[in-house]
Amino acid sequence: MPDSTASPAAVTLRLVYLARLRDAFGTSGESFAAVGDPPTVATLLATLRARGGAWSEELAAGRAVRVAVNHELAPAGTVLAAGDEVALLPPVTGG
Amino acid sequence: MTVRVQTADFDVAREIAALRAGDARVGAVASFVGTVRDVNDAAAVATMTLEHYPGMTEKALEAIVAEARARFDILDALVIHRVGTLQPTDQIVLVAVTSAHRGDAFDACRFVMDYLKTRAPFWKKEQTAEGARWVDARVSDDAAAARWARDAQGPESGQST
Repeated sequence: MPDSTASPAAVTLRLVYLARLRDAFGTSGESFAAVGDPPTVATLLATLRARGGAWSEELAAGRAVRVAVNHELAPAGTVLAAGDEVALLPPVTGG
Repeated sequence: MTVRVQTADFDVAREIAALRAGDARVGAVASFVGTVRDVNDAAAVATMTLEHYPGMTEKALEAIVAEARARFDILDALVIHRVGTLQPTDQIVLVAVTSAHRGDAFDACRFVMDYLKTRAPFWKKEQTAEGARWVDARVSDDAAAARWARDAQGPESGQST
């Protein structure tokens, strides 16, 4: 939301898209400048969802996408820091 | 406690022999081998490709094994999970657990598999006559893992010999 106060600096993340999500998004990942005060898993997902198309479909509320920050599963409120590797994981099917 | 993610096949007998080698405390070895079926959800499967998330996979498997060690009286555990393209009948995964008695070995082995199915970042893509498709997660797998939350000792506790 634009306002007149100084906006927080963007935090550069490394995003990783795995398995079905990589196919749906057409890329295995990207460098991404996350905004938010502070940026969290939830604000990141909202920003990606707003891209529309496959992004809004795959990341819609109720879709079972989990997020890992630096290789650990992370809840929606997790605060993101510069350099974090943030992976979007569809439901796992190993074994 | 060992976890390995590899493309190569594994020799179950050799792996179990190595796991319990020289440890006379071991009175029980329980193991599970998962293999590729030729039919899944009514479609013939030609090949299956397994991918994972390097870096996270090993940590997730190690955390599952550590949890098994905390819950059950086990001596050692091994998890091998293959990635890459596999054919029907190929081995996918091995879990082997040693303990003094069979109850903990059985329970820990099942616990590791149930948690692996829902927590380790592996994904299967099947090649069928209709094309490639990502395998959907099963609700029954979530139920199997959730059962351990209700009963910390597992469904088959009480066996001690």
